[in-house]
Amino acid sequence: MPVSFREKVDEVLLPGDVFSLRLPEFGSDVKAEKAVCGPGLRRNGDQVLVCKSGVLRHKAPNVYWIDSQQKRYVPAKGERVIGIITARSGDVFKVDVGGSEPASLSFLAFEGATKRNRPNVQVGDLVYAHFIIANKDMEPELACIDSCGHANGMGVFGEGGLMFRLSLGLVRRLLAPQSMIVKDLEKLFPFEMVVGLNGRVWVKAKSIQQTLIVTNLLESCENMTAQQRQTLFQRVAEGNL
Amino acid sequence: MKDAPLSNCERQFLLQAIEQKKRQDGRQTYDYRSIKITFGTEYGCCTVELGKTRVLSQVSCELASPKDSRPTEGLLFTNLELSQMASPAFEPSRQSELLVKLNRQLERCLRNSKCIDMESLCIISGEKVWQIRVDVHVLNYDGNLMDASSIAAITALSHFRRPDVSIQGQDITVHPAAERDPIPLSIYHMPISVSFAFFQQGTYLLVDPCEREERVMDGLLFIAMNKHREICSIQSSGGIMLLKEQVLRCSKIASVKVSEITELIHKALDNDKKVRKEGGKCGFAESMSKERITSLQTVESPVEMTDVQETAREIIHNAETPSETTLSPVLHAVGLGQVGEGVSSGWGVEEDEEDEGMEDQPERAEGSRKGDVVVISDSEEEEVVVLQ
Repeated sequence: MPVSFREKVDEVLLPGDVFSLRLPEFGSDVKAEKAVCGPGLRRNGDQVLVCKSGVLRHKAPNVYWIDSQQKRYVPAKGERVIGIITARSGDVFKVDVGGSEPASLSFLAFEGATKRNRPNVQVGDLVYAHFIIANKDMEPELACIDSCGHANGMGVFGEGGLMFRLSLGLVRRLLAPQSMIVKDLEKLFPFEMVVGLNGRVWVKAKSIQQTLIVTNLLESCENMTAQQRQTLFQRVAEGNL
Repeated sequence: MKDAPLSNCERQFLLQAIEQKKRQDGRQTYDYRSIKITFGTEYGCCTVELGKTRVLSQVSCELASPKDSRPTEGLLFTNLELSQMASPAFEPSRQSELLVKLNRQLERCLRNSKCIDMESLCIISGEKVWQIRVDVHVLNYDGNLMDASSIAAITALSHFRRPDVSIQGQDITVHPAAERDPIPLSIYHMPISVSFAFFQQGTYLLVDPCEREERVMDGLLFIAMNKHREICSIQSSGGIMLLKEQVLRCSKIASVKVSEITELIHKALDNDKKVRKEGGKCGFAESMSKERITSLQTVESPVEMTDVQETAREIIHNAETPSETTLSPVLHAVGLGQVGEGVSSGWGVEEDEEDEGMEDQPERAEGSRKGDVVVISDSEEEEVVVLQ
C-alpha cells in the first residue's frame, strides 16, 4: 500500500514495504516532492522500496533513511572506521574492517608520507581511516588523510588501549552529537575513546581496570533505557569516587 | 570467511590484564561463566549455555549388532559438529584441527571413562544391542567449547530414556512410550571436562577461557573428572611445559569445579523431572522469557572494582587537607543553631553533584565541614560489590 514518506516517519518499517513516487493525477496543484533516500531505502522505477527493517527517520528538508539495528558492517564512502592491518603487499596494506572483504590502504595515504618516508605501520596495528572508495563491485579503499592531505584525527593508533565490538546502532548513538551516553560516561573519569562506524570502539583509560569498566559499561548500554543507564552510571560513580 | 584478526593492541591489553589478574568480564581467575542448562520436550535433548557459548546435545538410540569382540556390550558414539552458525570462522565440510581435537576429547571423556553401563544395553548377546549416539551441535562460539559440550553430552545422557523391550524367544518387541515407560540409562558417574588456559609459558592460569583469551593463550589443559575426584582423561595441548605442581593444582581446582557443576546438573535434572511429573509444560520454548521482542533484556556484566578502594584512598590522601576551621556556632536568631557561616546551607547542592570529581569535595564542603572525607570512604566500602 503506497503511502507518502511523511506519514510513516518514526514508524517501524519492514523489507518489502513500498512507497509510491507517482503523484496522484487529480492533484495537479500538489508540488512535486524530491526526496533523498539513505540507507535501507532503494529506488525502483517510480517506487521506493524498503530493504532493511527498522525505523524510518527524517531530516529536514527531505532526507529519509531507515535506522536499523545490525552487527554486520557494509562499507560506505566517507565513513570513518577502525581497521586492523592484516598484511602488507607492495605499496598497499590490507586492512580488516569487518566488511565482506578486506580494504586496501596505500602507504602514501598517511599524513606526511612520501615514497622515501614510509609510515611506521606493522601488521596487527590499528588504524583510524575513512573510505574513499566503497561500492559493491570493487575492493574498498581507505585513506588516513583528507582531501587536503591533513590527518584530521586519522592515522595509526598508539600503544595500549582495548578495542572491542559493539552493534552498529549503538555506535551511531555514541557518535551522535549531544550523545547522552558519552555525556554520562564523561562524568566518571577521563579516558580516550575512538569510535569507528564499523562497530569497533577503542578505549584507553589511566589503568587497565578503568578501561575494562568503560568497556563493560558501553557493552551494557546496548539494551538500556536512559533511566537504567543513569542509575547504573551513578552506582559506578559512587563506587568509584 | 575468515575470522576477524586479533590486533596487537587487544593481545597486549589482554596479556597485561591477565598479569594484573583482571578478566574482561570481571571474573576471577578460577571463575566459570554462568552456566545455564535447559531441556527440550523430548528426552535426551538439552542446551547448555556457558556465558555466550551455547551448545545443543541430542541423544538418540537404535538397535544394532554388537562388536564381535564385545558381544554383550552396547555401543556409544559421540559426534561433535561445528556449524557455521556458531562462528563465521568455522568452515563447513572441513575437518579442522579444532573439530578433530574436540571430538577426540569428547570421546575419551565419555566412552573411555565408561560412565555408562554398557552391558545393560545388551538385548540378545552377540545379536542385538542398543547403540546410543550423542550429537553435540555448537550453536554459538565464545570459547571453551570442550567444557560446554562435555556438560551438554553428559546431561543429555542422564536425561535420555530408551524405549523398553521385551523378548519372547527370538522375537524382540520395542514398546513405544505410550505402552511402557521408557527406561533411563544407568550412569555410573558424570565425567566433566574443565579447561585451563596458560599464559606466558605457564606463569598465569585461567579457568574457562573465553574466545579472546583462547586466542592469546600459550597452552591448554583439559582435565575430565567426576565428582568422586577420579580423573577420566587429561590432555594438554599447545606444547607448553607444565610442572608437576601446576598439574596437581589444576586437578585440585578441577575437582572443586566438577562437584559444583555436577550439583548444578542434578538440580537441573530434578527440576525437569518435577515439571514433567506435574504435567507442566517443558521444552525450550517454555524456558524462554515471555517478554515481547521490544522489551529490554539486560544481562548485568559484573565489573570488578577491587582496587577502586585503593584509588579512593589515594585520592583522599592526595587531596589537600582542609584548613582547620573552628566550628563556631553562630546564633542568628534565638533558637536557631547553625554551623559555619552564612544562612543558606550547601547540603542540597552537594547531593546533585555527587558524580563530580572527588577532588572537588574539600572545596565544596567548605560551607559545612563535617568530616566529609570519612563519609565518602564509608559509602565507598558499601558500594564495592554492588556491580556483581
